Amino acid sequence: MGIPSKRALRKRFIGSWQLLILLLPGLIWYILFCYRPMVGLRMAFYDYNIFRGFEGSTFIGLENFRTYMMGPDFARTIKNTLMIALWQMLICFPAPIILAIIVTEMRSNILRKLVQTSTFLPYFISTVVVCGMVVNFLSPSTGIINKFIELLGGEATYFMVYPQYFRPIYTLMTLWQTAGFNAIVYIAALMGIDPQLYEAALVDGAGRWQRIWHITLPGIIPTIVTMFIMNIGKIVKVGYESIILLYQPSTYSTADVISTYSFRMGIQNGDYGIATAAGLFEAVIALILVVIANKVSKRLTETALW
Amino acid sequence: MAHKAKASNHGGSSVGIESRGERIFDAVLAIIGILLVFIALYPIYYVFIASISRPLYVENGAVMFRPVLATIESYREAFQTPFLWTSFGNSIFYTLFGVLVNMAFSTTMAYALSRPRLIFRKFFTLVAVFTMWFSAGIIPMYMNFRDFGLLDSRMAILFGFCINTYNMIILKSFFEQVPSSLEEAAFIDGASDFRIFGQIYLPLSKPSLATVGLFYAVTRWNGYFWPMNLLTSDSKVPLQVLLKKLLVDRTANEMESAIITAESLSSQTTVIYALIIIAIIPMVIVYPFIQKYFKSGITIGANKG
Repeated sequence: MGIPSKRALRKRFIGSWQLLILLLPGLIWYILFCYRPMVGLRMAFYDYNIFRGFEGSTFIGLENFRTYMMGPDFARTIKNTLMIALWQMLICFPAPIILAIIVTEMRSNILRKLVQTSTFLPYFISTVVVCGMVVNFLSPSTGIINKFIELLGGEATYFMVYPQYFRPIYTLMTLWQTAGFNAIVYIAALMGIDPQLYEAALVDGAGRWQRIWHITLPGIIPTIVTMFIMNIGKIVKVGYESIILLYQPSTYSTADVISTYSFRMGIQNGDYGIATAAGLFEAVIALILVVIANKVSKRLTETALW
Repeated sequence: MAHKAKASNHGGSSVGIESRGERIFDAVLAIIGILLVFIALYPIYYVFIASISRPLYVENGAVMFRPVLATIESYREAFQTPFLWTSFGNSIFYTLFGVLVNMAFSTTMAYALSRPRLIFRKFFTLVAVFTMWFSAGIIPMYMNFRDFGLLDSRMAILFGFCINTYNMIILKSFFEQVPSSLEEAAFIDGASDFRIFGQIYLPLSKPSLATVGLFYAVTRWNGYFWPMNLLTSDSKVPLQVLLKKLLVDRTANEMESAIITAESLSSQTTVIYALIIIAIIPMVIVYPFIQKYFKSGITIGANKG
């Protein structure tokens, strides 16, 4: 595509000025609320004081990054971010695929609808309520989970204060909340598989497992790959909104991720420079991951996201 | 046993032969299915039965599968929570007007971006899509609101989050699916872009608008993070922010709960469970109606990326 001439551009402009007006409100919003904050990222290079603004704050170069990266929190937040992402990838990513296969394999229409409807429901319950349920269910004195443990002869435990329980709790909570929602894409893909393939396999004497293994799974691999790529970029942006509701100082050692650290340093401690540096660090890694994932996907499947 | 071919295709490998192995397979699936339904619904069911039981039996573990000595005292107390009704009203306000703002900004921009005629279309699309890959983050966004003097302002909630890029892209792909012959015909009749958008495209895409509107509505109703950070007055916060204080921050003062006897009709715990039920009831009521819209939206979103 060559560079369009000035006249052609003017013609296109005249042809689409009404469209430009329709575009304008959204565009202005993006500039004011998405791109303007990006300019504010330079806080990361200042000893930023909220009351004096940029004029009254000193430019300190990479000092904030050094403070963050040399400090004890860096290794911890990186490790926790990666570990929580790993738990998510290993448990929360495959679960909806399995759920979708279970749902589509069911013969009973009623049960199939029931399973789909009830597993989808938790997605509509807010993060605050879900976290509130988790906290109260795990309470050592009144929590239902501890009641079940006691019933089975175990001992009540204050799960929320022990670091070793944080990742399982967080992962299971996310699983409960999102598995049904994420399964929908796979169910749609499974319904697109040609039933004749199954009939042909049946004629060849393939059992249920063989049919699932050789027809169902290959049939949804493109969807799995797409979903995987879409999730890669989110790896570093683990769900800080629920983590800040569930963690406490005693579980920071396993729960504190980059975004929660940035949030705590900034909004709660007022250390805006370091908080922004940590946030920028995270955002850049996320960007790199998305770009890599897309490159890989282009090569592997010819289905790139852009 | 003869088996009719299924009229509707629901996917899956079951194609109508019932050997013994197949029947065992189906039975195992059915059991797993029932288990899944239990896991998905039990937490909500438990919150409900605990909220209407006497606290002593909740605390000693007698309440597990059905309520014990049912009472609505916990609800009576929950409804007396300061600012509960205010925040409930605020949530309705933010959801209703927030979604209107969302739809106004998202549909216009999505429509413009869906027209190949638009000048610099690729660039403008990139401006929107880039924000999905890179965002300034919590602190700069907070400072941005502060710069605009929008801290503790309802306007921040309404206008700070006009467009969710993902939803906007879904709308854009909906508009792209409308046959362009309609637009061309209207053009020949001398209609302006505004009229084509407002009188042809919007009415034609009602189901899609409903889908995206519901996406926005659920996000608005359930969101707590930005309202929590931006709003400081109790009179302005939505329900989720109030709930956060009541449900989650409560663990910090776990110790100060009162002594519970067999006669107690409510406790801190049962009141919390009552509050959870109050909070999720609006969602549970609308859920059956909005489910199908969500499903279609999710599928399109995933195909479009």
